[in-house]
Parts: sequence; C-alpha cells; structure tokens
Amino acid sequence: MTSSNLAASEQAQSEQQPILQLEGITKTFPAVVALSDVNFGVHIGEVHALLGENGAGKSTLMKVLAGVHQPNEGHIYLEGEKVEMHSPMDAKHKGVVLVHQELSLVPDLSVAENIFLGSLPHKSLGRVDWKKLYADTDVILKRLKCNFNPHDRVAELTTAKKQMVEIARALAFTPKVVIFDEPTASLTDTEKVVLFEVINDLRDQGVGMVYISHRMDEIFTLSDRLTVLRDGEYRGTLITADTNEDEVTQLMIGRSLEDRGQKVTPELGEVALDVKNLSCPGLFKDISFQIREKEVVGMYGLVGAGRTAIAETLFGLRTPSAGEIYLSGKKVTLNYPSDAIELGVALVPESRKEQGLVLDMNCKDNTTLPQLDELDNKVGWLNRKDELAIFNKYQELLSIKTPSWAQRVGNLSGGNQQKIVIGKWLSMHPKVLMLDEPTRGIDVGSKAEIHRLIRELAASGYAVLVISSEMPEVLGVSDRIIALYEGEYRGEFSGDTLTEDHLVQAITG
Amino acid sequence: MIKRILLAQPIWLFVLACLLIFSLSADHFFDLRNFANILIQTSTIGLIALGMTFVMINGNIDLSVGAVLALAASLAVGLQDALGIPLAVLVALGAGVALGALNGVIVWKTGVDAFIVTLGAMIGVRGLVFVYTGEQSFYASNFAYSDFGASSIGPIPTLAFIFLAATLIMHFILRNTIHGRNTYAVGGNREAALNAGIRVGPHMVINFMIVGFLAALAGITMSTQMGASTPNMGRDFELWTITAVVLGGTRLTGGAGSIIGTLGGVLAIGILRNGMNLLQVPSFYVLVIMGTILITVLFIDKQLSRNSTEELNV
Repeated sequence: MTSSNLAASEQAQSEQQPILQLEGITKTFPAVVALSDVNFGVHIGEVHALLGENGAGKSTLMKVLAGVHQPNEGHIYLEGEKVEMHSPMDAKHKGVVLVHQELSLVPDLSVAENIFLGSLPHKSLGRVDWKKLYADTDVILKRLKCNFNPHDRVAELTTAKKQMVEIARALAFTPKVVIFDEPTASLTDTEKVVLFEVINDLRDQGVGMVYISHRMDEIFTLSDRLTVLRDGEYRGTLITADTNEDEVTQLMIGRSLEDRGQKVTPELGEVALDVKNLSCPGLFKDISFQIREKEVVGMYGLVGAGRTAIAETLFGLRTPSAGEIYLSGKKVTLNYPSDAIELGVALVPESRKEQGLVLDMNCKDNTTLPQLDELDNKVGWLNRKDELAIFNKYQELLSIKTPSWAQRVGNLSGGNQQKIVIGKWLSMHPKVLMLDEPTRGIDVGSKAEIHRLIRELAASGYAVLVISSEMPEVLGVSDRIIALYEGEYRGEFSGDTLTEDHLVQAITG
Repeated sequence: MIKRILLAQPIWLFVLACLLIFSLSADHFFDLRNFANILIQTSTIGLIALGMTFVMINGNIDLSVGAVLALAASLAVGLQDALGIPLAVLVALGAGVALGALNGVIVWKTGVDAFIVTLGAMIGVRGLVFVYTGEQSFYASNFAYSDFGASSIGPIPTLAFIFLAATLIMHFILRNTIHGRNTYAVGGNREAALNAGIRVGPHMVINFMIVGFLAALAGITMSTQMGASTPNMGRDFELWTITAVVLGGTRLTGGAGSIIGTLGGVLAIGILRNGMNLLQVPSFYVLVIMGTILITVLFIDKQLSRNSTEELNV
C-alpha cells in the first residue's frame, strides 16, 4: 500500500460518518489464532468490501460482528456507542444482519416462514398472523423482483432462489448494517443485477454494508472502500477508486498472481480416463472429456454446476442415464464404488469430516480402511504389521504430521486430515485420482503444500481431476480446466485461453 | 383438493382401502356402533400420538409415554377416595406434565439424546408405578368414574369426543401458532433456527410437557373405561404410538409431519385391529400383518417421494 493511499483513506474516514467500528479484534480458537488485532469500519451509506484468501479470517470477523462468536479482545462500536453482540438475534435487534453464505434455511417451511423465522408476526394467544406474514413477504419479494411465491416450500426452490430468500430475510428487519458473505456465489446474471440494484437502494437509504467476495469485478463495481485480511491479520484499507486489482491481489496473497503458476507441464502419458457424452437427469448432461496420465485437469463451476455429481458418477456412486466411460481405453460400467476402486479410480470427497474419514478412529485404521479385505490372514484376523507398514509408507510420502499412528484423526489439523484421506486412496494404487475441493477449510500454509503434492502426484504418473470453486486454486494447480454451468459443458481452457476472465464468463449464465 | 390431500397423506388412501375391504368382507364392520367402538379403542393411543407428533416433528422422541400413562391412571384411581375424583384427576394430569417437563429439561440441559433420556424415564417411571401401587391393581369405588368412560354426548361416545376435540386443538396449535411453526423449524434445521434467534430448548420442553399431559389424559380415559388401573397398563404403547405417527408421515428425524397424518395412522391401526378381529384372524397373526404393513407403507412412501438427484448407489 502506498503512503498516499493511506493518507487518503484516513482523510476520507474523518469526513464520513461511521456507523460501525471494530477496533483491535482478536479471536482465538483452540490452537489457532483466527484474527489478530483487526480494525474495520463502515460508514453510513457505504459499501465496504472485505477481501482475503480462504482462511484469511473474513468469515470469522463477520461472525464476531454478527454475534456468532465473541471476540477475545477488542471492541465493537455501533453509531458511536460501545456494544456487545451476544447472539445473532441480539445483533439483529441492534440492526446488524448477516446474509449467510451457507444456506441457513428450514427446507420444509414456506418462503415467508423462513424469512420471518424466529420473529413471526402474531395475534393474541400466540397465533400466527398469516395475513400480515404473507403481505409483508410479498412486499419484500417484490422489492427483490423475485418471481416465486411466499407460499412456496423452500425445499423446492433452486439454489439461486434460496440465496434470494436469505437476502430477503436480512431486509425484513430494517437493518443498519448488512453483511453480504459471497452473495453472488450461486446467482445468475439477472439476479445479480437485481441484487446490485438493491444494494444501491440500501446505500441511498444510508445503510452501511460489508461485502465479501472473491470476484474482483464485483468489488470494483460496488464498493467504496476495501479492507484486506491475510492470515487473520489486518493488511490495510484502501479507497476503491484509488487502487487497482494488482495492488489488491498483492495485499491479499503477499505476492503477485503471476508468481503462483510455477508448474512445469511434463510430457503427458496415455489417456487414462475418457468420458463420452455422460448424462445424469437433473444433474448434468452430455459431458465429455479426457484425462491423461501425468495430467492435472481442473473442473470449475458454481455450486450446482454438477461437478460433484460427475465425480460421484465416475466413482460409481451414481448411475448415468447415458454415455460411456473408458479407463485406459477399456469401456467400463461402474455400478458401485467397489467397481471403481477395483478399476483404479479414487475419489477424495468434498467434505473430509463427513465423507472422507472416521474421525474417532486412529490414523492407521483410517488409512487402511478400504483394503481390509487384503490385509486379513484368511481367518479374519488383520495383520497389524502389514497395516503399519502401509501407514508408515504414506506418512513418509505425504509428510503427514502426527505424533503416532495411534492418534485419533479428529485431533489432526485439516491439512493433515486431508493427507490421510489422500494417503488412504494412494494405498489402493489408483490410476485416476479425483479430488473434490481438496483444500476446503485448510489453512493457507497447508494449502500450498497440498497443491504441491497434487502436482507431484501427477508428475509421478497419476491422472488427476481437481474440482474446486476457488479460482486461484484451479488456475494454480491445473494444466487444463473444464468449465461447467448448471450441468452443461462450457468449454475447456488451457495455455493462453486459461485466464480468469474466460473462466468467469464460461461459468455464469 | 381431495386428490391433493390423498397424495400428501398416503395413509388416508390406506384407511379408505381398509374401510372398503372390511365393509365388504366383515359382516358387522360397516355399522355406526362399530365405528364408535373403533374411535373409543383408538382414543388412548390416539391421544398420545397427537403429542408424540409434536415431539417427533421437533426432532425428539418420547419412549416414556406408556409408563406415564400407567402412573397417571394409578394416581387418578388410587387417590380418588382420599381427594375426590376431580382433584385426583388433576394430580394425575399434573404428574404427566411434570414428568414431561423433567424429560424436556434433561434433554435440553444435558444434550443427551431424547431416545436415551426417555428410555431411562420409561424404566424409572414404571418402577415408580410399582412402588406407588405395591404391584396392586386399583378399582374405582365411585361408579361416577367408570360411568364417565361409558357415557356419550348425543350419539358420540365421550371418550371419542375427547380424542376428536384434542385432535382439532392440536392441529390448530401446530398449524397456526408460533410455537407450532418453531417446532417445525427446530426439527427441520436446528442450526438455522438457532441463528434466527429461536429458543430451541423451551420449545422442546413445552412439547415434552404436551405429550406428558396427553399420556396422562390417556391413562385417565383408559382407567375410566376399565373402572380400574393396573401397574402394567400401557406396556408397548410407546411403540404403537410411534408406529401410528410414522405411518401418518411424520419424519423420524424431525421437521415434517402433521396431525391429519397422525389421525390417519391411528385410524389405520384401529381399523385393521377391529376388522381383523371381526374376521376372527388369530391375534398373533394380526401382529405379523401389522408389522408387515408398517414396513410396506413406509417403503411405498419412500418410493413416492424419491428424489433421484439425492440418491447414491450403496
């Protein structure tokens, strides 16, 4: 950050009227410092963007602000008065609402009931005032130009519409400060335009807004100021009009984006996986692509683009309605995961804690889980020595940090947990390794290590498919990227065509 | 409209089918007196099932209802000589509500699963019943008590009337009150409910109190029918109740269900029992048939509500 920018931002701060101020916020979780001495403020009628890589502490900061977490140190000032946010409801009553990134809706209730969840309008004897509920909801939905009905059951809405319900919920309380956490992640272009209109309306009404997004174009269109966090630390506040993408990126990652792609594309091997016109009704249709040995192919798209479903199909978890799958040139049918494993396909699933690991079991047992059949000595006893040998091999190969093989996996850090999952599948000697969101919820340091590991695995001969919603991740790790939108193939990018702009264009409606 | 209800409540299709089949095959089935009979027979399980619906939509379960029923019946009959009928009944109802509150508070404050907490209560409360009764059956010496169980309001037996009135009230509470809506919200997505500022604990406690009250009420109505109470009353009732509620479409994991569905489930069980009884099917076979039907109905329901995009090959 240049000194002139700093001065400018300080000057602007003194001119504008702050509605919200966070000072010296520090938040630690057991063993992790999530936020360290962070300052952040929003003015009346301002959109203040908050940037940082995943794990930089953006969400934690906003959860502190919205009363989900209590800070260990630091103060929150709302309209000049020192306040404490005891709970999300408390924050809401004080005028601070958070539009959740993860959908936090009750699927079996109606749109209107979800919007007014926790504060349904009522008559005497606790009876719900349905007339008022639906009338009020109608007004909010009209304002958001939503084309669905207050009576619709939330479970039946698309992801994008559910996101609009989340936004509607925030507007139901005339808020003073609204926090948008990645609000456009699942919106189509038309819905995005509506959202931006709403944000501009709110700005005119003097509402302060915090806007978290990975999308630079949105941040530069919408925001007045922006603040960057890195590894839980405050990196500076800039006036959007006075800065540019490069400067912001540099603040975010500590180096410029060009430095990231240190990959050398090796000589590629044979075609390991060949997918032809694969379809699964309601999820994806007519998907074709190839992966060669020693190649990393990225698969990029928004939530609901069908990425995970494709990987699940290739792993035998779903039965495709049409299309063919070839492994090393041979046509295969995958009815169950056991078929896929036998033929050399492995899937490191999206959520490691729910799908990838048995958290209460130790490191060794988790690693050898898929091949217990081969480890028993015909009477049904497991050969512990062989088991340990396998674990030790992959502990070394992947440099898994654990005090002992007997350590409960749940006690490891996210990065090491992920390595256990990867090790588990490598021990099955797959040809095709699919990784779904391999670094979700992993801190920045371990992330780079996992990325390096993926490159190394490919170089040693595996055909690798990486599914990710993080643009820097797919860009950094892949030789080639397949773009998807709502289950449709939207093109393949490599070499010169592999740019952020092309990708963003391909994955939106 | 009717089609929509039948699709949303497949159990009612089953009830209609049973009515049709038994009317054609059993001589004395299609008879107003027999229908009144079915309503009286089902009212005991039915009353409990209404409360169980609330607890299960809320994401919990209550296994102690059978024991609470026995305790309330024993108190109502055992205390009426000393306290008089009205006061004895009040004490019995109060005991039900208090035990429900205790279940709820333990589930709320300790975070132990409701299944375990109420399993403990089921065993413990049954023990209390034996302690209080000394393993003896009590008989109501005042005939007014058993006369009540046999009385009618116009053409409708009083007990059936109580059940139907309770059904209407519970339906209204679930559909139209804040408490009802929040019951769904907590069971459907506890996290979201907490985020929205809903006090999850108190809603759970209220629902346990409701089912406790209704189980006690069921114990009282049952003892008026018998003119007595026995320490073993209400054994297996928790299972029959849960069966009726689940048949009625309430989800075991919470978040979905309805009183209309539960009414259907209760009637389905009542009609099956009554019809097969009239056809003189031996009672052991009746159990086999009921178990089979439970699984079949839920299987069909699962097939109907199948969502292919969420299903994985296992």
